[in-house]
Amino acid sequence: MTDQTTNMPSWSGSDALLLLLKARTFIALILVFVFFALHAPNFMSTANMVIMSKHVALNAFLAIGMTFVIVSGGIDLSVGSIVGLCGMVAGYLVLNGIDVGLGWSIQFNTFEICLLVILVGVAIGALNGFLITQLNVAPFIATLGTLYVARGAAMLSSDGRTFPNLNGNPEYGSDTFRWIGTGDIFGIPFSIALLIVVGCLAGYIAARTPLGRHIYAVGGNERAAGLSGIKVNRTKYFVYIFSGFCAALVGLIISSQLVAAHPATGDTFELNAIAAAVLGGTSMSGGRGRIIGTIIGAFVIGVLSDGLVMMGVSSFWQTVIKGLVIIAAVVIDQAQQKVQARVVLRAQAAMDK
Amino acid sequence: MTAHEIGLSIRNGTKVYPGTVALKAADFDLHMGAVNVLVGENGAGKSTMMKVIAGVEQLTEGKIIIDGQEVTFRTTEEAARNGIGIVFQELNLFPNMTVAENIFVAREKTRGGIDIDKATQRARTRELMIQLEQDIDPDDLVGDLRVGQQQIVEIAKSLAHDARILILDEPTSALSAAEVEILFRVIADLKKRGVGLVYISHRLEELIQIGDYITVLRDGVITGARSMEGVDVDWIVHNMIGESGKDFAKEIDHPFGDEVFSAEHVSLPGAGGDLVVDDVSMSLRKGEILGVYGLMGAGRSEFLECVIGRHRYATGSFAIDGVPLKEKGVSARISRGLALIPEDRKNDGLVQILSIRENMTMSSLSRFTKAVHLSLVREKQTVADFVKRMTIKIASPEHEVSSLSGGNQQKVVIAKALMTDPKVLLMDEPSRGIDIGAKAEVFRVMRQLAAEGLGIIFVTSDLDEVMSLSDRILVMSNGRITGEFTRDEATNAKLIEASAVGHKTEHKSKESV
Repeated sequence: MTDQTTNMPSWSGSDALLLLLKARTFIALILVFVFFALHAPNFMSTANMVIMSKHVALNAFLAIGMTFVIVSGGIDLSVGSIVGLCGMVAGYLVLNGIDVGLGWSIQFNTFEICLLVILVGVAIGALNGFLITQLNVAPFIATLGTLYVARGAAMLSSDGRTFPNLNGNPEYGSDTFRWIGTGDIFGIPFSIALLIVVGCLAGYIAARTPLGRHIYAVGGNERAAGLSGIKVNRTKYFVYIFSGFCAALVGLIISSQLVAAHPATGDTFELNAIAAAVLGGTSMSGGRGRIIGTIIGAFVIGVLSDGLVMMGVSSFWQTVIKGLVIIAAVVIDQAQQKVQARVVLRAQAAMDK
Repeated sequence: MTAHEIGLSIRNGTKVYPGTVALKAADFDLHMGAVNVLVGENGAGKSTMMKVIAGVEQLTEGKIIIDGQEVTFRTTEEAARNGIGIVFQELNLFPNMTVAENIFVAREKTRGGIDIDKATQRARTRELMIQLEQDIDPDDLVGDLRVGQQQIVEIAKSLAHDARILILDEPTSALSAAEVEILFRVIADLKKRGVGLVYISHRLEELIQIGDYITVLRDGVITGARSMEGVDVDWIVHNMIGESGKDFAKEIDHPFGDEVFSAEHVSLPGAGGDLVVDDVSMSLRKGEILGVYGLMGAGRSEFLECVIGRHRYATGSFAIDGVPLKEKGVSARISRGLALIPEDRKNDGLVQILSIRENMTMSSLSRFTKAVHLSLVREKQTVADFVKRMTIKIASPEHEVSSLSGGNQQKVVIAKALMTDPKVLLMDEPSRGIDIGAKAEVFRVMRQLAAEGLGIIFVTSDLDEVMSLSDRILVMSNGRITGEFTRDEATNAKLIEASAVGHKTEHKSKESV
């Protein structure tokens, strides 16, 4: 190291800008919040907060699973259909149980129903993983295929009809099914409590486990990851299975909240999930993204749509506004990348001298 | 020697990037009808200077003069219109398009601006290939060509546009000896036609052989510029790194241990049905550095990839410490004590968008893991240790690895391999694309590791490297081992002879060997 001009105390300009850009989603959330607090009546009421959080939670579950998939360099279009199919499976099990023929049928309690429904979601996720890793189908196509298959299966399960009155039967122990959507733990609605648990779990996996690191490495450079000894296929299986798991949870919660299961439930949910992940700073080319960012992204989208409804803005305009917000988010993300690269290169250049 | 006309000059050229001065008050003259050689370590400012000339970047201060007039090129097209062509070190080709399409990309020959005149493009491409003495069909897909042939296509691309000034950035890094000779003949031909050539390379002997004028850069400053007469390697190295020193072969003598690795009858079928690796056997002892010399495409890299388990259809057997290696996957083999440093750092070695720390620990996360919990504290400590041990120059381990220079990136890859506590280190062209200073450090690390008892197999196409660094040398050609030499037996001539075994008499170039 020879002479180097002391450019240590240049903590200004780009560093401050970088910090601002990094916190953009959070700043956006605060802005949206403040705006609606001022302009939408009853927006700040506790009741509204709870309802809004429940709405957000549904998208947030899917977005968390989606974040892992996108970070690993893939995409999962099938989550909306998995929500629909899992809702139908739950409804069918609550109403009919499983008919084994001979005039007998097996009935399940709530816990067993939940397990079976989750199993369905996980199985479809595993199918996605199988198609992508073993048969080399591009993730977009593989999950587009399962999107149609799962939606079709949901329709077939009831001939397109709704399973109504999912109140369960105390005899079978399934009367607690409604609690999933309406119950609460220590005053916190169950779905939100579950979101906290899943969110923390996902955040932990991403940041503090080898598995998480592998997901980022596979998404960043699959070849290098493979040559470094990372089990690429196993990692991919995990992300699609986890995404399927999250979708199954949403299917359960929705059918319980509505006390009914409709086969079209979850239509285009996958797009909202992708939007939340992107809004939270997840890079579609893989390798970059954080769970907390995604959750905040889900809140921005959720608060925006609920707030606009409360202000009486037409749903057509809502769609337009949502689109603009997503585009703006990606544009700002690009700016952040540029500033960040500059800051890093400058620090490195000072070292190389 | 006749005085060559000056076709382009830079006066007081300064280029400032955020936080760093890449070029400081440089005065450079480009002689027409001559080869202007440019040397310097990575980051010395060679590429910056050429990018300025080619219109990729603009000078912060100073001016470029062509024919007595000051010019500024805002884009590469503008520079191209002024007859300046550049062949970048990294290939800019489209593997999914044909050779002819690549050569005329963005400058397609058309009828009326719409319909592409394929016949003319093809004919012109054929002419160029004859000039370059290459048997490449204009309709071949570039993706199907060998890397060396692709480089030829890249050069043909510049020739097709009748460049008056042609910049070649490390054009020989991927060429075989025969191809290099053809390139040199083409260069001589261009010289005769009055083209001014700029030639950048790390291979010093090559520069002395081909250059007419030499310019040496260090830290953005031109430290030497003269005609090539009387220039020798010492002079270049002295101007490049400031002190006379080419000490990467400093010997640490140590005894070898028992056999640590052996390969028996390894073969790998290639795409065309022939064998890319053909019945290769070798053994390695603890503390030994085994150099594998051969030209591009001799099957050296593929052999290393067979060892690490990347190819599923490879046959043959391996053993580590005498215990057969039955494991198939890469991760299982890494845990058995193998580690690979791939040739293509960018695509195979690193995850560019992850941090230096995450890249370094990628293969050895289990070291820091209890049950499922990853200890970030211990990870950071270990990374800091390795950064110090390998003398990697970094501002922070949290920065993206892509911000580092080539030499430092290579050290990160080596650190990643070493963190798995390997018994056998497989290094594929460990000095590719890194400057002399970093090269010397990498080689010192290799020597030191061998002294600690690690077995090292390294692959290279650089004669100097293989001669000065290896304890034993294997030569490969056409997928087979064609020679084995101890350090004392080996001579340049013997190695070159062995590396050409099985090659058809290509373009009469063998006579000069």
